[in-house]
Amino acid sequence: MTTVRNFVRSNVRNPNAVAYFLMAVSALFFPAVVQFATGGSGDYLVGLAADGGIYMLMAIGLNVVVGFAGLLDLGYAAFFAIGSYTYALVASNHLGVTPIGHSLHVPFWIALFIGMFVAATAGALLGAPTLRLRGDYLAIVTLGFGEIVPRVFRNAGIWTGGVPGISALDVPTLPGWVQGPWVGQDFGWVPDFRFTSANLTAYYMLMIILIAFVVILVHNLYNSRLGRAWMAVREDETAAAASGVNTVSVKLLAFSIGAATSGFAGAFYGAKLSYVSSENFGFIVSVTVLAMVVLGGMGNIPGAMLGAIVLYFILFWLLPNAPGQMQGLASSLGLDWLNQSNPNGWPGIGEVVSRSKYVIFGLILVGIMLLRPQGLLPSQIRKQELTHEEPEALAAPRQLQA
Amino acid sequence: MSAILRVGGVTKRFGGLVAVDNVTFEVEEGEVFALIGPNGAGKTTLFNCVTGFYKPTLGTVTFRDRNLTGSPPHRTAKAGIARTFQNIRLFEYMSALDNVRLGHHCRMHSKLWDSLFKTPFERSEEKRITEHSMELLKLVGLERQSENYARNLAYGQQRRLEIARALATDPKLLLLDEPAAGFNPQEKVELMALVQTILKRGITVFLIEHDMKVVMQASQRIVVLDHGEKIAEGPPVEVRNNPRVIEAYLGKSA
Repeated sequence: MTTVRNFVRSNVRNPNAVAYFLMAVSALFFPAVVQFATGGSGDYLVGLAADGGIYMLMAIGLNVVVGFAGLLDLGYAAFFAIGSYTYALVASNHLGVTPIGHSLHVPFWIALFIGMFVAATAGALLGAPTLRLRGDYLAIVTLGFGEIVPRVFRNAGIWTGGVPGISALDVPTLPGWVQGPWVGQDFGWVPDFRFTSANLTAYYMLMIILIAFVVILVHNLYNSRLGRAWMAVREDETAAAASGVNTVSVKLLAFSIGAATSGFAGAFYGAKLSYVSSENFGFIVSVTVLAMVVLGGMGNIPGAMLGAIVLYFILFWLLPNAPGQMQGLASSLGLDWLNQSNPNGWPGIGEVVSRSKYVIFGLILVGIMLLRPQGLLPSQIRKQELTHEEPEALAAPRQLQA
Repeated sequence: MSAILRVGGVTKRFGGLVAVDNVTFEVEEGEVFALIGPNGAGKTTLFNCVTGFYKPTLGTVTFRDRNLTGSPPHRTAKAGIARTFQNIRLFEYMSALDNVRLGHHCRMHSKLWDSLFKTPFERSEEKRITEHSMELLKLVGLERQSENYARNLAYGQQRRLEIARALATDPKLLLLDEPAAGFNPQEKVELMALVQTILKRGITVFLIEHDMKVVMQASQRIVVLDHGEKIAEGPPVEVRNNPRVIEAYLGKSA
C-alpha cells in the first residue's frame, strides 16, 4: 500500500502523469458512457473516436520528428498514405487484378507491421538525401514529397486502382489464440470482440491498445540515449556533432520512426475503412496533424495526444454539428425567424454557420494560441522558452550562489 | 613522449582567403600545448580542421598515428578528440546533467532495440553514465547545479559545464578554445587548477588563449600564428622574446 501511496504522491503534481491517467481512464469508460448516454445508439460516436485515435497516433509520431528532433515535416500525410496503400495491397483481392495476378491476404497483425516498415523505409529513403538541409529547406522538400505521393498513388493506374482507389480490404481479426472461448459470448456492453462494421467498440478498443503500445515505446525512446541525441540536435547541431553524435543518422532515425508511426496508423486506417483512395491524404491532413502537435505542446507526448483530442473534437464533432445546434438554440430562444431564409439574402442561421465553419475553426485556433502560446500541455522546455521564467526550484540554487 | 597529434602542412582556403597557410606542428602526449596569435590569425579555423568541422584544403591531420584528415566531427570525437567552443555552445534547454550525459553518446552501446524496450542492458548503461556524469560535474564543481538548465547557469559555470561535457566523450586530447575568456583572476586560477586535474587523468590539453598570463603559466609549448602562418614555436620564455611575435602583436617599430 505504501508503494502505491508513494507512487501517487510523487506523480500527483506532475501534469504529464495526471494527463496520462485522465486520458487512460476516460478512454476506457468512453464507450460505456456514450452507450449509456445515448441509450445504446452510440456506435457512431465510438467509431468516430476510433478514427480520432488514428490522428492521435499520427500526432505522437509527428511529435518525434518536429517536437523531439526539431525537423519541420510538412508532408507527413505521405507516410500515412504509404502505410494505407501497403495494407491495401497485401490484404485485399487487389493484387489479383494487377499484372501479378495473385492476391495476397496477409493476416491483419502482420500487415499492420508491413505497412509500418514500408513507411519507415520510405522515410529513410526520403531522409537520406534531404536531412543535410536545415530548417526551412527541409520543410519545403517534405512539402513537395507530401504532394507527390498521393499523386503517384492516383496515377499509378492498375497498381493502385487510380482515382477510385482500392476497396474491400480485409478487416482486422484477432489471432486465433486470443479469440478463444469468449467469441460469441455476451459481455454486456462489449457484446463480443469481433471486428464487424456493426461492432465499432472492438475497433475502438484495438485503437486504444495500439496507442498505449506506441506511447510506451516512444516514451522509452524519449528517455534514452537516442532521445537525448534528438534534443541535442534540436538545440545545437554543431555542439552535438562535437560531442560525438552522428547528426545525420540521428535525424534519419527520427524521421524514420515518425514515418513508421504514421504508416502504422495508415495501415489501421485502411483496415478500419476497408477502403483507400488518394483523396484522403492531402496537405490538409499533414497540416492538421502539425496543428495538433503545436497546439497540444511540442515535444511532449501527452501534449500531442491532448492536442489531437481537442482538434479532432472540434473538426469532426463540433463544427459538423454547429449548424444544427445553432438552429436548435435559435428556436428554443423563440427566434425562429433566424432559421428562415429571407429574400434579402439571409440564408438562415444554420447555413451561415455551416458556411463559416473554417472561419470558426481558425478563430478557435488563434484563440487557443493567444491564450496558451506554449500549447495546452507544454513540455517544460517550451514553457521556459516562451515565458523566460525560472521555476522556483531552478531559481533557488542561483540565489544561494549570489 | 610521443606525438599524439600531428598537423602536417594544413592549409585552409575560403575562396581567395587563406585562413590557415601550410601550418605544421606536433602536440606531445601529456603536455599542455597552446596556440596563440592576434585576432583573425586562423586559430579557430585550425581547431575546426583538427576536429573535422572543416576539411583542410591541403595537408593532413594525424591523431595517435591515425589519419583523421577530413573525418566528420563525430568520428574525431569517437577517435578521442574533444573540444569546447569559443562562444559557448551548450544545449541550453537541457539540464546540466543531461548535457554531460549526452557527451557519453559515442561511448554507449545501447541500440535502438534496447532503447525501445528499455532492456536491462540499457538500464544499467544509463545508470552507469549517470553516475559518471555526476562525477564529472563534481570535478568541475557543478554537482549542485545538475538539475538546472544550462542556460540558467552563470557564465563561468557554463564554461566549466562545456569542459565536463567534452570530458564525457572520454577523450585523449582536449581542445579548449579560449577557456579563460571573460574570467576574473580568481576564476582563471581555478581554471588552471582544473587543467592540471585534467592532465593528471592522462588527457593532453591543447588550448587557444589570449590571456598571456594563463598561457605562460599553464603551457609547456606554444605555437604562434599570424595571418594563417606559423611564425614561432617553442617554450613560453623563448616565444615571448621572439621579435617576430612581438611584431605581430605590437606592430613594427618605426
